[in-house]
Amino acid sequence: MELLTQPWAWYIAGPLIAIILLLMFYFGRNFGVSSNLETFCTISGAGKVSDYFKTDLKTKSWSLLFVAGIIIGGVISSYFLQGNHPIDLNPQTVQDLTDLGFSNTATSFIPPEIFSTEALFSLKGFLILIGAGMLIGFGSRYAGGCTSGHAITGLSSLQLPSLLAVIGFFIGGLVMTWILFPLIF
Amino acid sequence: MKNIKFLIIGVLFGIILSKSEVVSWYRIYEMFKFQSFHMYGIIGSAVLISMVFMQLFKKGTIKNYWGEQITVKEKKKGTVRTLVGGTIFGLGWALAGSCPGPIFVLIGHQVFPILIVLLGAVLGAFLFGLLEKRLPK
Repeated sequence: MELLTQPWAWYIAGPLIAIILLLMFYFGRNFGVSSNLETFCTISGAGKVSDYFKTDLKTKSWSLLFVAGIIIGGVISSYFLQGNHPIDLNPQTVQDLTDLGFSNTATSFIPPEIFSTEALFSLKGFLILIGAGMLIGFGSRYAGGCTSGHAITGLSSLQLPSLLAVIGFFIGGLVMTWILFPLIF
Repeated sequence: MKNIKFLIIGVLFGIILSKSEVVSWYRIYEMFKFQSFHMYGIIGSAVLISMVFMQLFKKGTIKNYWGEQITVKEKKKGTVRTLVGGTIFGLGWALAGSCPGPIFVLIGHQVFPILIVLLGAVLGAFLFGLLEKRLPK
């Protein structure tokens, strides 16, 4: 039980993610999450606006179930596998965040500065959440995948487009973290 | 209900992403600050081990459930698409501190403001679908 409530080290999590990929391929499917965003568009009726979203939802049910499972995995973790461990961040990271104006750093998964109800109902806070989402949705579909589809599946199968996409992921992430964060926060 | 196995695989994936703190905004910030090996270790080891699996798929050592050869879908080619799309995604990944998988995990953790990120992501995908034909490849 101790093992389940402790945070898992990288050398436990990385191989387990590879096993998730193996299971997906074993059962005849690709490993990827972001294509579900397009399925959600189809469910919301986007097929009426653009042919791009005209797909047979029955062919996507396996993927929607995968996503439902991911949510349930989160619920199980939060109720049964949470040891209330603060995130063991590099002290320099904590210092950098304090300098940016973040407090109570790493006492939970997410900073209240971005994910509290208070932040949600402020104009700036709302724009950050919806804007970040739009970047994720637009970018991942334009690139043709996200961390699972490109970084893990694509890199491991030695695909050049995935290498370019991952380089892009890091350009964007570094620009946001190093240049834009001091302007936003 | 032959697809129920994907629900179970999803549950496992959600637990792994939770227990390894990949779903933490702070871990993503720390990664982009190059201040911890944690995320690089996870992604790196996942890629390396998957690479071994991919070789075994190719050789036919590991076959799928139906005993057939496993093939990997080829990613769409295009330098602009991958670099620009990737960069846009990276901006959002760092700001929200979560990529699509962790967005769903955090819903399970009852972090409800993440629903706004999900709404934005669906809108972003919708916007892409509308513009798809006009965007450089």
